[in-house]
Amino acid sequence: MKARVAWNLASIAVVVAIIMLWQMVADTKILSPAFFPGPDRTWKALTRAAISGDLAPRIYATVWRMLIGWMLASVLGILLGSLIGSSERLRRFLGPTLEFLRPLPASATIPVFIVLLGLSDAMVLSVVAFGALWPMLLGTVHGFQAVEPRLYEVARVLHLSRLAVIFKIALPSAMPDILSGLRLSLTVALILTVVCEMLIGVDGLGSWTLISARAFRSADLYAGVLLLGLIGYLGATALAVLSRRLLVWKHGSR
Amino acid sequence: MSAAANRSVTNRASGLVVPLVLIVVGEAAFRAGYLQGDVLAAPSRIFLAFIAALRDGTLLAATKDTMITTFGGLALGGLIGLALGVMLGSFARLDRLLAVPIEIARPIPSVALVPIAMVVAGFGYSMEIAIVGFAAAWPVLITTRSAIAEIEPRLIEVARVLRLGWIATIFKILLPASLPRIFVGFRLAAGIALIVSVTVEIAANPIGLGHAIMMAQQSLQPALMLAMLVWIGVVGFAMNGVLIFLQQRLFGRAALAGDPP
Repeated sequence: MKARVAWNLASIAVVVAIIMLWQMVADTKILSPAFFPGPDRTWKALTRAAISGDLAPRIYATVWRMLIGWMLASVLGILLGSLIGSSERLRRFLGPTLEFLRPLPASATIPVFIVLLGLSDAMVLSVVAFGALWPMLLGTVHGFQAVEPRLYEVARVLHLSRLAVIFKIALPSAMPDILSGLRLSLTVALILTVVCEMLIGVDGLGSWTLISARAFRSADLYAGVLLLGLIGYLGATALAVLSRRLLVWKHGSR
Repeated sequence: MSAAANRSVTNRASGLVVPLVLIVVGEAAFRAGYLQGDVLAAPSRIFLAFIAALRDGTLLAATKDTMITTFGGLALGGLIGLALGVMLGSFARLDRLLAVPIEIARPIPSVALVPIAMVVAGFGYSMEIAIVGFAAAWPVLITTRSAIAEIEPRLIEVARVLRLGWIATIFKILLPASLPRIFVGFRLAAGIALIVSVTVEIAANPIGLGHAIMMAQQSLQPALMLAMLVWIGVVGFAMNGVLIFLQQRLFGRAALAGDPP
């Protein structure tokens, strides 16, 4: 335990060293300050934006779009995934189509959604939800397929209904796959949110970074990128904590 | 045998039912006038637009650009990921020291780097390859690191007994032993590389398939736009298929163990 704390501290020290190195390189001005601000200027830009009150609404807008799209995708994905995963016939008919759609870059559907819904928040949410749906759906289907077959035999012996099988056997047993689907689709949701904001210019961190880049306000740009990284980090950490809680049974006492 | 083969044929056939029904219904809806042509397009129109784009060379030129950035980024990110993965996998202390920096850098969404790359490198291949490389490095790094770290310790003892230098140990023992899992990392990275490549092109970079599909949308050519969408799907599907085929050919079913969904 003590050793682990020490290693974490050492690792944080490495981060500090990297930031100091960043500062030193920036101070030498080998790289033009127009696109390589030091941590000092980035921090100043961050605090200035925070104090002026511009920042909070932008963070809120981006996080809101990401979360709503992700939640829509998760609900739909788990629902459809359970349906498809628990029915051999549906899998036979839909499986190949899903396999075809799986490697499709979700961002390629952006123009289609723009045509259908215009440059609106509805379009952003649809793109985010559509893109984040696939990891969820495929994760759930995979989890259902990976259920130990004997458990299904037990269910048959107990005369459980299909709903009972889904809720009592398949869903709990597919939980690890569903959780990793949730994590993956949150990443996808953040990426698609940022892309959509950049494309259609609705206010948010994505458009802020792009506008800052176009105006060569490099400190604002770096501040925005760091914030997006922080959002991704917090989301991933929250889900990691959740899955550790939910999967205690799997790892035993570890 | 023949019954099983028969069954797999009917299985494949039933997989085609859904797309075929969609195509027929779409075509019928357009022909009967239920759907209008300014937003979507009839499947036959989409097919004609695809043939036209194929014949005038725009489709292949755009595909070439996207492939250059996808594989350029995969090569760049893959090498970085592989090198870091080998280092972190073989030196547990280094791995622990770099744990926090990696944890901080990894969740940065790749597209957030678009504006930075734009300011530094302008538009073109290099900015896109850099972003794709950033995104593609992670899966390779993570699979390589765990594959190397979980190598049978006796193999390392063998290397020690043979008095192999560390370069020889890496190339003769560590990499060959973990190659199947590293290949899985590369396969995942290839899928991500294509996705990021198209995404960067849609968001900003005026080259490749992503740009072509945005142009089709902005010039109000829904048939061409949907043809591009289907083509991007085909490219991704084909790439994935080739890599899975290679993986099974090279490493057999062993490589599929521990393959995430």
